[in-house]
Amino acid sequence: MAHKPSFMPRLEPRGHASPSMVYLTPLLALVVTLLAGGLLFQVLGFNAPEALYTFFISPLTTAYGLGELVVKATPLALCAIGLALGFRGNVWNIGAEGQLTFGAIFGGGVALACYDMEGWWILPLMVVAGMVGGMLWGAIPAFLKTRFHASEILVSLMLTYVATLILSLLVHGPWRDPEGFNFPESRIFSDSALLPVLLAETRLHFGALFALAAVVGGWFIIARTFVGFQIKVMGLTPAAGGYAGFSQRKVVWLSFLVSGALAGLAGVSEVAGPIGQLQPTVSPGYGFTAIIVAFLGRLHPVGILLAALLMALSYLGGEAVQIGMGLPLAVTGVFQGMLLFFLLASDVLIRYRVRFGRPQQEAKA
Amino acid sequence: MSIELLDATALLLVAMMRAAVPLALAALGELVTEKSGVLNLGVEGMMLTGAVAAFAATVSTGSMTFGLLAAMLAGMAMALLFGFLTLYLLTNQVATGLALTIFGIGLSAFVGQGFVGQTVEPMAAVSLGALSQIPLIGKLVFGQDPMVYLTLALTGVIWWFFARARAGLVVRAVGESPHAAHAIGYPVRLIRLGAVLFGGACCGLAGAYLSLVYTPMWVEGMTAGRGWIALALVVFATWRPWRALLGAWLFGGITIIQLHVQGMGVDLPSQVLSMLPYLATIVVLVLISRDSTRIRLNAPASIGKVFHPEG
Amino acid sequence: MGMFKGTRLAAVAAVLAGLLGGAATAQAADPLKVGFVYVGPVGDLGWSYQHDVGRKALEAHFGDKIKTAYVEDVAEGADAERVIAQFGQQGYDLVFTTSFGFMNPTLKVAKKFPKTKFEHATGYKTADNLGIYDARFHEGRAVIGTIAGHMTKTNVIGYIGSFPIPEVVRGINAVTLAARKVNPNVQVKVIWVNSWYDPGKEREAAETLIAQGADIITQHTDSPAAVQVAEEKGVWAFGQASDMAKFGPKRLLTSIIDDWSGYYISRVQAVMDGKWKAETTWGGFKAGMVKLGALNPAIPADVQKAAMDVKTGIEGGTLDPFAGPIKDQDGKERVKAGAALTDKDLLSMDWYVEGVQGKLPK
Repeated sequence: MAHKPSFMPRLEPRGHASPSMVYLTPLLALVVTLLAGGLLFQVLGFNAPEALYTFFISPLTTAYGLGELVVKATPLALCAIGLALGFRGNVWNIGAEGQLTFGAIFGGGVALACYDMEGWWILPLMVVAGMVGGMLWGAIPAFLKTRFHASEILVSLMLTYVATLILSLLVHGPWRDPEGFNFPESRIFSDSALLPVLLAETRLHFGALFALAAVVGGWFIIARTFVGFQIKVMGLTPAAGGYAGFSQRKVVWLSFLVSGALAGLAGVSEVAGPIGQLQPTVSPGYGFTAIIVAFLGRLHPVGILLAALLMALSYLGGEAVQIGMGLPLAVTGVFQGMLLFFLLASDVLIRYRVRFGRPQQEAKA
Repeated sequence: MSIELLDATALLLVAMMRAAVPLALAALGELVTEKSGVLNLGVEGMMLTGAVAAFAATVSTGSMTFGLLAAMLAGMAMALLFGFLTLYLLTNQVATGLALTIFGIGLSAFVGQGFVGQTVEPMAAVSLGALSQIPLIGKLVFGQDPMVYLTLALTGVIWWFFARARAGLVVRAVGESPHAAHAIGYPVRLIRLGAVLFGGACCGLAGAYLSLVYTPMWVEGMTAGRGWIALALVVFATWRPWRALLGAWLFGGITIIQLHVQGMGVDLPSQVLSMLPYLATIVVLVLISRDSTRIRLNAPASIGKVFHPEG
Repeated sequence: MGMFKGTRLAAVAAVLAGLLGGAATAQAADPLKVGFVYVGPVGDLGWSYQHDVGRKALEAHFGDKIKTAYVEDVAEGADAERVIAQFGQQGYDLVFTTSFGFMNPTLKVAKKFPKTKFEHATGYKTADNLGIYDARFHEGRAVIGTIAGHMTKTNVIGYIGSFPIPEVVRGINAVTLAARKVNPNVQVKVIWVNSWYDPGKEREAAETLIAQGADIITQHTDSPAAVQVAEEKGVWAFGQASDMAKFGPKRLLTSIIDDWSGYYISRVQAVMDGKWKAETTWGGFKAGMVKLGALNPAIPADVQKAAMDVKTGIEGGTLDPFAGPIKDQDGKERVKAGAALTDKDLLSMDWYVEGVQGKLPK
């Protein structure tokens, strides 16, 4: 029985990561997605090549579209880079959405307080306030984790709902636009409180540069600083980290403060950028989507940047096929899910190779 | 206490237990999955798929039993996809679970297109004649819908499974130390797949409770975030079944109490009252977490980590 | 620079499109292109669902002469502007944006695409190519308030609110005024669920209201959950947005139905005839934008007549649901006898009339 040949595919560890596969697997995933997606669209009675073109290419054919891609990717990348730092150290911040919301509240609060003022200092103050807001909201799970051992997963998630309700309370009440017929929106921020647009005729705003700075900064922390090293060690083996004198407490605090600040920055960039005011909802779930983006980017800032762009494209593409071809949003969701599955699954080839037949040792035995 | 007050209290408790059913079912399923060392964040997606499958099957066949079966199968199919990806293609569990939710939201909306606006007969509550008429305990103990009893029974069975059954011990061992379990000769991946599938079936049932019993209808996204609360409840419960049920009662109970407070015309913004279930869960978690050693004993050590038999 | 980049990419795209085939479609006759932006999924069975019913009615009415498209579940944040702009870029002739939160994005996009005509629902900002429209749902609420005032035995009406915005507050006040006109002892209890649709929570709110003595439930949320609870518990209910009779065959008294079909058809016709102008439309029963479902036969004949009198009175302009005297919660007279609230007052309503329990957040 042991000698019976088997053609079942199985995975054999490579021992080390394959450098070529690091770059090849996303391409492979994309090809598989195109094939499977094409099949899906065709089966549903849509012209597959047209659908794929509309989904992946048409959003990128204008300067406006490219600007939108970056606008959509900016909050995803900002949140995901902060989260990745924590995930590397086994700190599970699930509540970037709440921290983003608090960044919007703090930054937007400054904008409303300075509504009648002008000055170059308003925007920097808003940005700082937004980051502080995100950090404060991130500090709560960090404090409860380090002081009372309360799971940061639960606390950060629950606080997301609380943050949204606080924003709702503010825009339904005291922060309503006084000339706005009591509708739940703040005033539109004054020009001094709006992020400059980088490219005329698009919405590409200054927040994109924050995201780029976060990529560079995140890379620097992870690859070049002792703190980044500490986080990595803590993530791999908490015990070893402990022996080496690192404190888990410090890693938890650092992760939450950094990811809170970046999520807060994303929040203030949204309200001072494309939205331009405070509303009951400032994010369509960027904080949650950023968790996937962080892993798709393999927790590496450059990878995250690419993943954020791809994720953004998948939203833009979804809108394009709805408008252009009448493909319902439901199909887009299914397709998006497939794309993510393929991307995640293909990563296995980095560390494992596919083999057919039985492992050597077993065959000998 | 007057009879009226007793009855009012009983009604409140009945409402609380019913509100807790979808949370508890999903949390119990996820608890079993996590005990085996796998973290599936796709609960919301599996619940929605279960909800639409239950509704579609019941409308098409006229049988609620088929509906419940379909929900379990749909949840399991989603879980199978997740299990295949995470256990055999070794994908990251957190990301795969979130992707499963995106996929499930889309899939359920797609399948449900033709079912929006249709109706099914709601599941009748159990009625034991005179027994159900006893003040306070009548409705509470003898007059609930069958799924409430099922949830209680399931909690007991899962508790027994992990505390007393040999198989439960094996699942726990796989969750604690998959390499050791593998070395002893247990099929780690198959056991984990089983736990993942069980979780999917429970999430499917949780969705079915919403679309067949609680609010018998199909509307897109009708779980409205309950899957996320269920995930939080597993952590809240520190992976203990009875505590998961208590957590669901706490969350459901405070949700209903805040609605009662609003109805009494208390001068507090509704947003503040709506925060209470979330805040209360955090406060209680802090109170029970202070003794960290007990949590560490319950948390599956290998949770979320990729396992491959050859290292 | 930006232009150049755009053109180059467009050229590349055209080549790619040729290679992939089928993407470059030529249109023989130019149908009028009509776009819709929805805030919820079309499967929400409420607000967005009803707008999509209107879109389908357009297609049925005009056939090949128009082409419609929609984007559903568009978040009221940065996404809205992009989606609306895409319709503009693709040369759509008429675009309906159907949620209050789309107001400022629609205004921004309308300025950029002067050739496209825009219509925004439930807002207040206009431009040369941006009209606004809304329905006077409170007219329907005055009718159901009349029925409720007659039918209640406990004198407690339960009201499930979504968010405390003027439109919802207006509805609560309309029900309360109408009910107290026929039954001065009526009190209205309000519970906010802080969501437009979460069937489970709407159910819990309805159960709570019934436990607190309400024998009539009405709601300003999307799903029929409250109607189901009323059917189960044997109290009365009203439908919202669509005809919800099948969710409460015995206990549903009637439904207030949003009907956008006629309005959409007339606006598209206006564009075809070259007569479209940016207008402000706030239509009710008379315009056919608000309709009433069938009355439950369980409603006594005299109550049915009272309800229909209110409806015909509103249609004929002889009855104003917000005619004075109106006192607010604190007993202060807000509207004198002989006067009435203006549309502007109604649009920004943020106070409860006498008879509503609870306080509005300020």
